[in-house]
Amino acid sequence: MSIKTLLAAASLAALASATQAEVKVGMITTLSGGGASLGIDTRDGFLLGMKGASEVEVIVEDDQQKPDVAVQIADKMIQSDKVDVLTGIVWSNLAMAVVPAATAQGKFYLSTNAAPALLAGKGCHPNYFAVSYQNDNLHEAAGAYAKDQGYTKPFIMAPNYPAGHDSLNGFKRYYGGDLAGEVFTQLGQTDYAAEIAQIRASGADAVFFFLPGGMGISFMKQYAGSGVDLPLLGPAFSFDQNILQAVGDAALGVRNGSNWSKDLDVPANAAFVEAFEAEYGRLPSLYAAYGYDTAHLLRSALDVAQPSDGDAFRAALKSADFDSVRGKFSFDSNNHPIQDIYIREVIKEGDVFTNTLVATAITDRSSAYVNDCTMK
Amino acid sequence: MTPILFAEQVLNGLQSGVMLFLMAAGLTLIFGVMGLINLAHGALFMVGAFAAASVAGATGSFLLALVAALAAAAGAGAMVELLVIRRLYDRDHLDQVLATFALILIFSEGTRWLFGSFPLYLDVPPWLGGTVLLPGGIEYPTYRLALIAVGLLVAAGLWWLNTCTRLGIRIRAGENDREMIAALGVDIGKLYTVVFALGAGLAGLAGALVGPIQSVQVGMGEPVLILAFVVIVIGGIGSIKGALVGGLLVGLTDTLGRLLLPALFRLFTDPASAASAGSAFASMAIYILMAAVLIWRPTGLYGARA
Repeated sequence: MSIKTLLAAASLAALASATQAEVKVGMITTLSGGGASLGIDTRDGFLLGMKGASEVEVIVEDDQQKPDVAVQIADKMIQSDKVDVLTGIVWSNLAMAVVPAATAQGKFYLSTNAAPALLAGKGCHPNYFAVSYQNDNLHEAAGAYAKDQGYTKPFIMAPNYPAGHDSLNGFKRYYGGDLAGEVFTQLGQTDYAAEIAQIRASGADAVFFFLPGGMGISFMKQYAGSGVDLPLLGPAFSFDQNILQAVGDAALGVRNGSNWSKDLDVPANAAFVEAFEAEYGRLPSLYAAYGYDTAHLLRSALDVAQPSDGDAFRAALKSADFDSVRGKFSFDSNNHPIQDIYIREVIKEGDVFTNTLVATAITDRSSAYVNDCTMK
Repeated sequence: MTPILFAEQVLNGLQSGVMLFLMAAGLTLIFGVMGLINLAHGALFMVGAFAAASVAGATGSFLLALVAALAAAAGAGAMVELLVIRRLYDRDHLDQVLATFALILIFSEGTRWLFGSFPLYLDVPPWLGGTVLLPGGIEYPTYRLALIAVGLLVAAGLWWLNTCTRLGIRIRAGENDREMIAALGVDIGKLYTVVFALGAGLAGLAGALVGPIQSVQVGMGEPVLILAFVVIVIGGIGSIKGALVGGLLVGLTDTLGRLLLPALFRLFTDPASAASAGSAFASMAIYILMAAVLIWRPTGLYGARA
């Protein structure tokens, strides 16, 4: 090998390493405080999906579940870190604070979770892609299932904030019948004795509730000890892998709407669940599944074009040419997924509480707001 | 609305009131005796719940878990008093708030470091599970009845401690004039540590008691802390009797407000918007109560300090 070829090889290698960290991704997610388990799973799923993608540099920062902190981090990532793509926000109120400003500055935002109604309808943007769902979807599945099961008087309940209203609207959209009662609880409420007493007095034949995180744990424990014995229904958020262990037997048998389950029979999913368990020593939650899918969508688009070439990169994202852990997956005109939504049931496998698929609630579901979006 | 539903809600209000009392009693003792605003009181509540969950998980005994919670929270309280709080008595309230806020962060992230980010499992012991049928046909969870009983017992115990023991006399003397009792030869430093540990132990006990019906997770103490501050402001800062009455008032107002206000709005509007508006007003009810009490009695119901 001559000196010349050595030099050429070295300069090629230098060039390669220069192009290696060519794309910067900023992940803003919740890593401390009460909501941290959701953000940690989002991050772990995403990083697992990015494994081996040396051309991408991922910067992860903790938003502490506070909108103002999320906005500061986003500004810093855009202005000084010069990221090309943002992702990772768990909560809808934080997404509303960050996404419109980021997309207006020409950045891409891939949502691993939050997808509020506004961003799917009037506020849709060509650079914003929701990889997870639209907020109403999983509640719609529970509504469809309630109708299917012939419930005639469900009692429905959610916290009094935008995603809670989306939830009850989504349920009612697909259920369509009479209700035994409708209650909004306070966000962060820890005691549900007053609501359980109302459920008992209402003569309901089923209970639908959307109480993410610790709120759902509190409600299910208190419900189990209350002597009320009506079937429970909900979206998957109150039954994710990490919450179930804290609820214990009280959650057994509960049916919940989800677009992902660890036993979903898709090759990419089996590989994901195995890799996640091997890497982190625990079962993945649906937040991890969304993170993993987001990473693969991003990589599939980077194989085709760079974010600097906006139009080509956008088209590559929109074609959704990746193996989703959810099986069939495509984007509708408002950049939100078209996907099947299932019903899962909480079971116990050995010592571990987890979910198993029991039914398909809605096939090829897009979102209720797609016609409010002006994108074609 | 049936009388049974109403009676059940009154019981629920009492139960949430006595648990608030356990939190508020420690907070008000510490403020009354040492003049210290302790924002880290919620963190001690969390310490109690985590200690209870891990001991219950390891031994399967709920009573041992309660003892461990008391010991862990009181121990953590005494340690915090010796290491940090002791340096703050002569500072103004802003410094105290800053330092105890820092303690919240240290406790939260320390707990996360020890136990991880995922909620812990803690369940009602089998001998307190299920429901009992009360006179009048009210079906009520046994565990919640036990909580009411324990809360009232602790209230009686505190009353006894405060009026019939030497420690109680010193605590009351310390509230009135700390220089004088120091001059009379009482070791004021030791008294402060004991009072702080007592308050912390009560918070830890409250955390362990509500742990089985709530989520044992990092940050679980802060929502309760806010309510406990409302309680001591209503009851009068420094007064244990005020903490009990304030706790019961806040518990009843909150529980009945959540039932009655949406029902009231249903008279005027459709169920969906009544539920939403009722819930919004119900979350304000206790603060309106606090404002009303402060207009009527600016120092709270039983408060002596201006």
